[in-house]
Amino acid sequence: MDLSLSPIAHVDVPPDTRTKIRASGVNVFYGDKHALKDVSIAIPEKAVMAFIGPSGCGKSTFLRCINRMNDTIDIARITGNIDIDGQDIYTPSLDVVQLRARVGMVFQKPNPFPKSIFENIAYGPRIHGIAKDKTELEEIVVGSLKRAGLFEEVKDRLDDSGTSLSGGQQQRLCIARAIAVSPEIILMDEPCSALDPIASAKIEELITELRQNFTIVIVTHSMQQAARVSQRTAFFHLGILVEEGATDDIFTNPREPRTQDYITGRFG
Amino acid sequence: MAWIYFLVVAVFAVLGFYAGRSRAHAFRENGHNLHSLPGYHGYFVILAIIVPMLVLFAIWSTAETRLLETQALHSLPAAFQPTDDLSRATRLREIHNVASGQTFGEVPPEVRSVGEAFAHNLTLSHWAKLVLGMAFGAFGYLWATRRLSPHFRARNTVERAVKLILLACSIVAVLTTVGIVFSVLFETFRFFARVPWWEFLFGFQWSPQTAIRADQVGSSGAFGAVPLFVGTTLIMVIAMCVAGPIGLFSAIYMAEYASPRVRSIAKPVLEVLAGVPTVVFGFFAALTVAPLIRSAGEALGLDVASESALAAGLVMGVMIIPFVSSLSDDVINAVPQSLRDGSYGMGATKSETIKKVVLPAALPGIVSAFMLAISRAVGETMIVVMAAGLSANLTFNPLEAVTTVTVQIKTLLTGDQEFDSAKTLSAFALGFVLFFFTLAMNFVALQVVRRYREQYD
Ligand SMILES: Nc1ncnc2c1ncn2[C@@H]1O[C@H](COP(=O)(O)OP(=O)(O)OP(=O)(O)O)[C@@H](O)[C@H]1O
Ligand SMILES: [Mg+2]
Repeated sequence: MDLSLSPIAHVDVPPDTRTKIRASGVNVFYGDKHALKDVSIAIPEKAVMAFIGPSGCGKSTFLRCINRMNDTIDIARITGNIDIDGQDIYTPSLDVVQLRARVGMVFQKPNPFPKSIFENIAYGPRIHGIAKDKTELEEIVVGSLKRAGLFEEVKDRLDDSGTSLSGGQQQRLCIARAIAVSPEIILMDEPCSALDPIASAKIEELITELRQNFTIVIVTHSMQQAARVSQRTAFFHLGILVEEGATDDIFTNPREPRTQDYITGRFG
Repeated sequence: MAWIYFLVVAVFAVLGFYAGRSRAHAFRENGHNLHSLPGYHGYFVILAIIVPMLVLFAIWSTAETRLLETQALHSLPAAFQPTDDLSRATRLREIHNVASGQTFGEVPPEVRSVGEAFAHNLTLSHWAKLVLGMAFGAFGYLWATRRLSPHFRARNTVERAVKLILLACSIVAVLTTVGIVFSVLFETFRFFARVPWWEFLFGFQWSPQTAIRADQVGSSGAFGAVPLFVGTTLIMVIAMCVAGPIGLFSAIYMAEYASPRVRSIAKPVLEVLAGVPTVVFGFFAALTVAPLIRSAGEALGLDVASESALAAGLVMGVMIIPFVSSLSDDVINAVPQSLRDGSYGMGATKSETIKKVVLPAALPGIVSAFMLAISRAVGETMIVVMAAGLSANLTFNPLEAVTTVTVQIKTLLTGDQEFDSAKTLSAFALGFVLFFFTLAMNFVALQVVRRYREQYD
C-alpha cells in the first residue's frame, strides 16, 4: 500500500480541541460474546475521527454505543461509561430520543425510507417537532439538501421516491436526513462501501465540509479514505482499541506493530 | 388396467435414464468432452420414452370407449336398437353392467351377449394399447439413443421440455378458470333471458320460491337481488370491523414487540383459528353469540331478532382474523431491518417507526391481506346460514336477520332442482355477481397498491 498519501485535511485542526465524546472502560457483550473490550477514547469536537481495523473487530459495535443503537439489539449488554459534553449517555434519566437527535447516524447501505425525497428529510424534523410551520419545514429540507450537496440534482423532483435515486445520491440523502435535525455528532458506518469511487469522492468532500459544524465519527475499510478525511484515527483489533492518535502519526509512524501490519496490508 | 400401463411407463423411464446416462459416461471414458452432464442425457431419454407413451395412452383411452360402445350398439339385433338418446343411454348402461359383471334384474340374452363381447373387446383393446405403448417407448428409446453424442445439447433440450411441461400446467389452470367463468356467464345469460337484468340488479324484492310455478316463471318480479347485496355488504363490513383492527394490530404486536418465545406460541395458536371448520363457527354463532346479543339487546330495550347480521358478522370477523394477521405479519417482517435502524437512528420511537416507516412500506401486502379477508367474508356461507337467517330483508340494521348471496345460492341449489328454471339459473347470476365483485375488488386493490406503493429494496 502506498503510504505517501497526502492527508490534506488534518493540518488545520488545533491540537487541543475540546473533547466531545469520552468513553471509558466500555465493554460490549452479545450474549456470551465479548465483542468490545475495555475501550477508552476521547473524540474531539468538530473534527473527523476514523475507526479502522479488520472485519469483526468491533468498530460498528462501538459506533452504535455512541447513539445507543445497541439498545435495539436484545442480546447486547454494555458496561462502562460514555459521556457526551460531560454528560453520561447511559444514565437511566437520559432520553434516547433526544440523544439520537443529537447524534445522527448514516449506515453502510443507503437506507432511504420508501417515501418522497422531501418526506425523507422532513422525517426527523417532524418527529422532533423542529419546524414551526410548513415554510420552515421546507427551509430545513432545502437547507439540508444543499448542505449535503444534493439539492441541485434533485430540486425538480422532491416528490419522487427516495429509492429512485442512485446509490451515491441515496447515501447523500441519508446524510441530509441526518443533518436535518441539526445533530452535534454524525456517526457514519462505512458510508462509502456500497458506492463507486466518484460517489465516494463526493461523500468525502461532503464530510470535509461538514466537519466545520459537526463532530464526525466514521468507520472505514479504506486506509486512503481514513487518511484523506480524518484528523484522528483509532485502530481496533479483536475488540480492543489498539492505538489512537493523529491520523498523520498513525499512518506515518504507528507505535504498535499490529497497527503497522494492518495499515501496510499485512493482515486484515 | 391403467396401472399396469403406468408401471410399464415407469420401468421404461428408469431403464431409459440409466441407459442414457451410462452412454454419456461411456463417451466420457473414451476421452470425449461432453456438452451436457450425463444426467441430462438420461433425462432426455426419459422424455423420449414417456412422452409418446403418455400421448398414446391419452388418445387411445379417450377413443376406445366411444368406438367400442358404438360398435356394440351396432351389433345389437334390430329389435334392441335404441331409438332415441334416452334408450341409447339405457342400453349402454346395460352393456356396461354386463361387462363389469353387475347385472340388476333381467337383461335380455341378446344384450347380454353383446355386453360380453364388449367386455372382451375392451380387454383386447387394453392389451393392444399396452403392446403398442411399449413399442412407442422402445421407438422413443431408439430414437433418443441414436441422437446421443458427446456434442449433443441434452441440457438445452431438457430445459426446453421442462419449460413446456410447466407451460402446459399453467395453461390447464388458466383454461379451467376461463371455462368456469364462461359457463357461469352462459347460464347467467340464460337467466337474464327470463328475468330482465335490471330487475335482478336493482329489484328490492327477493323471493325466488314463489316464482317456481311454470306458468309464472320470471313473471313474478321476485328476483330483485338488492336485499342480498345489502345483506352481504352489511355482514362483510361488520366482519371487517372486527378482523381488520384486531388482525392488523396483533400482527404488529407479533412482528415488532413480541419476544421470540411469545411469538413461537401465539402465532401457531392464532393460526389454529384458520383451521377451525366454518360449521363450528356457524353453530357457535347461532347457539352462543346470537342469544347473547339478543339478551344484551333486550336488556338495553332493543328489539333484536334471534338471528341477526351482527351475530354472523362478529363470528365471521373472528374467523378471518388469522387471514389478516398471518399475512400482515409476514409482510411486516419482510420490511428490511435497515429501514427500522434508519428511523431509530433519527430518534424515532418504536411506535413512530411502525406508523411512519414500517406500515407504509408494508402497505401493499397489508392491502392484499385485507382483500383476501374480504373475499373470505363475502364467500362464507355456513356461518350466515346458521346465524343470520334466510330471510331477504332489505335493511341496514345489524340487529335484524339478513341473508347473503352465497346463502341464497346454497338454498337455491340444495334439493332436487330443475336445471333450467329461473330459480335455479338465478344462482348462476348470483355467482356471477359475486365473481365480478371479487374481480373488481382485486382490480381496485391493485390500483391502490400501485398508486401508494413505496418501493424498497
Ligand atoms: N447483533 C449481533 N449479535 C451478535 N453478535 C454480533 C452482533 N453484531 C456484531 N456481533 C459480533 O460482534 C463482533 C464485532 O462486530 P462489529 O459489527 O462491531 O464488527 P465490525 O468491526 O464493524 O466489522 P465490519 O468491518 O465487518 O463491519 C463480531 O464478532 C460480530 O460477530
Ligand atoms: Mg461494521
